[in-house]
Amino acid sequence: MNPGQTENANWRMFARLSVLALLMFGFGFAMVPYYKKFCEVTGITNLLQPNAKQSEITNSQVDKSRWVTLEFDANTHGMPWQFAPLQRSVRVHPGEMTQVEFQIKNNGSGALVGQAIPSYGPKQGAAFVKKLECFCFRQQALAAGETRRMPVQLVIDPALPANVNTLTLSYTFFEVPAADVKKSSAAGAANGKAG
Amino acid sequence: MSTATHDATHGHGDAHGHDDHAHAHKPTGAMRWIGSTNHKDIGTMYLWFSFTMFLVGGAMAMIIRAELFQPGLQIVRPEFFNSMTTYHGLIMVFGAIMPAFVGFANWLIPMQIGAPDMAFPRMNNLSFWLLPPAALLLIAAQFAPGGGAGVGWTMYAPLTTQAGPAMDLTIFAVHILGMSSIMGSINIITTILNMRAPGMTLMKMPLFCWTWLITAYLLVASMPVLAGAVTMTLTDRHFGTSFFNAAGGGDPVLYQHIFWFFGHPEVYIIAIPAFGVISQVIPAFSRKPLFGYASMVYATASIAILSFMVWAHHMYTVGMPVEAQLFFMYATTLIAIPTGVKVFNWVATMWKGSLTFETPMLFALGFLFLFTLGGFTGLVLSITPVDVQIHDTYYVVAHFHYVMVAGALFSAFAGIYFWLPKWTGRMYDETLGKWHFWLSLIFFNVTFFVQHFLGLAGMPRRVPDYALQFAEFNAISSVGAFGFGLSQLLFLYVVLKCITSGPKAEQKQWEGADSIEWTHLPSPAPYHSFATPPVLK
Ligand code: HEM
Ligand SMILES: [Cu+2]
Repeated sequence: MNPGQTENANWRMFARLSVLALLMFGFGFAMVPYYKKFCEVTGITNLLQPNAKQSEITNSQVDKSRWVTLEFDANTHGMPWQFAPLQRSVRVHPGEMTQVEFQIKNNGSGALVGQAIPSYGPKQGAAFVKKLECFCFRQQALAAGETRRMPVQLVIDPALPANVNTLTLSYTFFEVPAADVKKSSAAGAANGKAG
Repeated sequence: MSTATHDATHGHGDAHGHDDHAHAHKPTGAMRWIGSTNHKDIGTMYLWFSFTMFLVGGAMAMIIRAELFQPGLQIVRPEFFNSMTTYHGLIMVFGAIMPAFVGFANWLIPMQIGAPDMAFPRMNNLSFWLLPPAALLLIAAQFAPGGGAGVGWTMYAPLTTQAGPAMDLTIFAVHILGMSSIMGSINIITTILNMRAPGMTLMKMPLFCWTWLITAYLLVASMPVLAGAVTMTLTDRHFGTSFFNAAGGGDPVLYQHIFWFFGHPEVYIIAIPAFGVISQVIPAFSRKPLFGYASMVYATASIAILSFMVWAHHMYTVGMPVEAQLFFMYATTLIAIPTGVKVFNWVATMWKGSLTFETPMLFALGFLFLFTLGGFTGLVLSITPVDVQIHDTYYVVAHFHYVMVAGALFSAFAGIYFWLPKWTGRMYDETLGKWHFWLSLIFFNVTFFVQHFLGLAGMPRRVPDYALQFAEFNAISSVGAFGFGLSQLLFLYVVLKCITSGPKAEQKQWEGADSIEWTHLPSPAPYHSFATPPVLK
């Protein structure tokens, strides 16, 4: 090849390689829709959405071989409050999370603050009832005529002795003297957030 | 690397044809360098630029290792530390290693294929002169409001989309560096494919030219993808796009895919020219031709092709489907096969050769052992369940320094000692060269071998402080690093001494060297060589 021919061939090569570089620049951007499509088709974008598999997740701490009956009882001590569980009893597996509800109504003519005190039967059962949430964790303030539903969330410890098949959970509301009313819980109760 | 010797050998008689110097006298002083379109001048400038950046990036590494010498925060603030790891990585990769091998390409490719110069001498000049502004931008980023962008050299979103103004300077620098690399690569491909002397068939080319041909294609195909990734980052930052912004429907993981689609070929862009240099040096000091030349070419090409199919081995922990993890794991382990072919060929070249151990050969052997070790840790990392444990720990830092420092950098040292006599017409001091090798070898291993243990014990990378149980190994590593850093000043001294007062070199300084720059050109190589193509049998 003479120098002129080489020069022409060089510029043709330059053009071809520049086009390749431009195409690859475009390829970077083409990865954007391609990546979206790929994730859609393979379902990767669904990672954060609930799907069938997630409801199959099981809690290995639950002792499926046993049933325990939980009975509920509610009393008030010298208060014009009407207090009752919304279910008399539930059957649960030890280790399983349960939620039950209680209801109170202030039948008196003035606002009152009460505190629920739990007790268990049999008494040794107390150590095996693990409460995560309970209205008894706080004082409850009710205006005259006010009604409130309150949850209790609990788990029965699988270590519960095998001979215990029934547990009774009983609450009694006592009036809180004005001097002992806690600001925060009274306020919390007043806006209905307290459980 | 000599400036003084050029004038003596510059004759007007051979300066004709399409060379840009044909009509003008060579300018003197600074203009000679600024305007030069001569491949040897440009190669020299690339090499000096690369060494300067090596010192700048090295100074940053010294700051990193000084802070990590003891647990606790002693010397720098964490933000500055993060900036140091970021710009150390960017400057070493784009400022030191890549330009060093482009410098080799400029000096050697025309001389090895019998061409008078590169195909596009003016573009060659531009390719080089884009580098200093890019380097200045990277350094200027340290002084931007809020300091340098501590985002890591991988520049992951969403950190980059939220970083301060330094990020914009850094993105601009990456754009410029990319343009320079692409132009340089087009030049190299065109030179090799169109400008070989008659009789110099592709399969007769020295392996160094082959490795650069393949690397240049890798660069043209992958640098634009990086440019795209940082462009998207830029528009996400300033122009309201949401490529990587989940709130706008984008995905930060997408950035990692685009980056590593460039990033893995990039590590071979660094490694393959290093393979080329080693493939010249080992046969020369074994006094035997390279074993399995054709298989070397095919192995290099298959490494290049495979390198585009393994990028997600950097991303095993992003939540890929297991099928994708398996694909990338198998594809990655596959690369070990052509790489193994190369290592065995180098070993077979030495088998029954009459070996001598001058400095270039020592560095080549250092490369052979330590690069292979880095390859082994790479194989360990390619195994998904293992990588999930040691991803982003110091094990990874140890791995890539074995392949980049003991691999690419040692190979560059081997090449510089090997060709200095041809470039400058003078010999370097062999004793001092050997000192440089042994000090580098020892301090390199002191610095980085212990980092394997740190990584396996769970020390994360990119942290300025660490738990007490890592203290001993970090202290050892820092001492090694300071030693390594100081040893490189010895290298500078050896090169300067060679240029200024080395004894005269012979045309064929190395008995076993057989490519045409040794057999057809005097030392130092004349300013204009092969203006008329050499006659090759
Ligand atoms: C004196 C020699 C060197 C020393 C002491 C050194 C030390 C270090 C240290 C301490 C880190 C930071 C680790 C971390 O916390 O993430 C690092 C990162 C890095 N180094 Fe080096 N290094 C040296 C040479 C090199 C060379 C020659 C290259 C280029 C081929 C290089 C490439 C990198 C890269 C890419 C990173 C990752 C940066 C990041 O991820 O932010 N290093 N080095
Ligand atoms: Cu990779």
